[in-house]
Amino acid sequence: MKKSLLVFAAALACANASVQADTLKKIKDSAAVTMGVRDSSGALSYTLGGSRYAGYHVEICQRIIDNLDKAIGKKSEVKYISVTSQNRIPLTQNGTVDIECGSTTNNTARQKDVAFVNTTFVEEVRIAVKANSGITNISQLNGKNVATTTGTTSVQLLRKHERATGVDFKEIFGKDHADSFLLLETGRADAFVMDGAILAGNIARSKSPADFKIVGEVLSTEPIAIMLRKDDPAFKKTVDDSIKALMKSGEISKLWTKWFEQPIPPSNTRVGMTPNENTKFAWANPNDKPAEDYAKK
Amino acid sequence: MSAWDWQVFCKDTIDQAIVASCFGSGNDQSYLDWLLSAWGWTLKVSALALVLALMVGICVGVIRTLPHRTLALAGDAWTELFRNIPVLVQVFLWYFVVPELLPAMKRLPSYFLVVCALGFYTSARISEQVRAGIQSIPKGQLYAGLAMGLTLAQTYRYVLLPVALRMVIPPLTSEAMSIVKNSAVAFAVSIAELVMFARQASEETSRDIEIYLAVTMLYFVSSLGVFALARLIEIKVKVPGFLGAKQ
Repeated sequence: MKKSLLVFAAALACANASVQADTLKKIKDSAAVTMGVRDSSGALSYTLGGSRYAGYHVEICQRIIDNLDKAIGKKSEVKYISVTSQNRIPLTQNGTVDIECGSTTNNTARQKDVAFVNTTFVEEVRIAVKANSGITNISQLNGKNVATTTGTTSVQLLRKHERATGVDFKEIFGKDHADSFLLLETGRADAFVMDGAILAGNIARSKSPADFKIVGEVLSTEPIAIMLRKDDPAFKKTVDDSIKALMKSGEISKLWTKWFEQPIPPSNTRVGMTPNENTKFAWANPNDKPAEDYAKK
Repeated sequence: MSAWDWQVFCKDTIDQAIVASCFGSGNDQSYLDWLLSAWGWTLKVSALALVLALMVGICVGVIRTLPHRTLALAGDAWTELFRNIPVLVQVFLWYFVVPELLPAMKRLPSYFLVVCALGFYTSARISEQVRAGIQSIPKGQLYAGLAMGLTLAQTYRYVLLPVALRMVIPPLTSEAMSIVKNSAVAFAVSIAELVMFARQASEETSRDIEIYLAVTMLYFVSSLGVFALARLIEIKVKVPGFLGAKQ
């Protein structure tokens, strides 16, 4: 009994070691790729029900895997794993997820644990308010309730802003984006500070989209990228090359139009967002700079 | 896995620089300050909810044993209503639905609404235990009290409750410990308590393991504290020769 356990443990250890070494080889040997996806990250990555996933980043990843298949010379099966903000980094680190196609901000703290491929989307943090509130910029939020979502970088951003400008507002935290939007909808919050794409998506899906608008200056700029395991340069290069090809051929802006400007399943609503200048710049000059580099500008 | 980095708690929450004393000064706040304030919120919500739960739970438990059908039925209804709805759903009902029906409640702080939700949920469970406690006393004691000329209220006050309440201390201890753990649902409605701290701070620092270990430890310590306190009360109020206490 004890012996068989030992053998099992040793086998596990070996399996683990080989996972860490070379993702390309692993994909080739197992003829399967595990894609980490999100259940509701706006139009970037979301579920269509069951184990079907779609979105801008999911489609980019499917293109990347098609290219991988060509390089390897055989078709690999795509397995989807739904990840959350809390488990996406550990699951990528330990090899459960080969490629994470969600809405992860590329920053230096995370680069210690994982690798990011070239930025495909640059997010701008904005303010959503009720259209009839008369609020047009952040300084008018003095003394107001401001909603944001727990477990996002926006919480930290609000804190910084509060300190720097002396604007005093009361933060309230939704447990997810739908919850934070509900806070705004029910009047518990006067504003919802979050990534522009998420705000636009929530407004588009609300009962009366005309009641809400996105106002004010861009509070922060963050590169959102597809995430891979760290220390596997060969895999990263293959993925980066696929993305560069998409950018060079202009295919990526077609993908953008498909997911952000046209009606998307399941409810056939449109997000209605054109790519911002930073996103266009990232497409023209492929790079994997972290968020800190954007803040310096 | 990279090595553990406990320095994360000494970091400033704004610029992520390590503060020498680990505690922020003035307006600056370190993650340790934040952790402690989150612990404070967990304890505050749990304590208030427990007080509410004990008061309401004991009343409802007593009412359910009264020889008055309508009152007993009302008590049963209370218990079944509150213990058959998941506690997280109750928190949302109190936070989003009740204030829509009673607009005056919109001005109440959100922790108050969570205390209501958690307190009433637990009160249903406590009422069940108190009822069981009272009903486990032989019926003869009630009749003896009444036969001696005590009113029903006096019989409860001097004959039944002193025994029943001592008897239910152990199950009430479990309820008190669960309330500390159940208070984690408060995070869903914007209370800056331990679970919210854990989610937010691990997002900001990417040191999930250290943060969750610290939070786990604090939950454990809080629950154990509640247990120790309850055990102390149990020993203090015991009657020699009664309910297994030594003579």
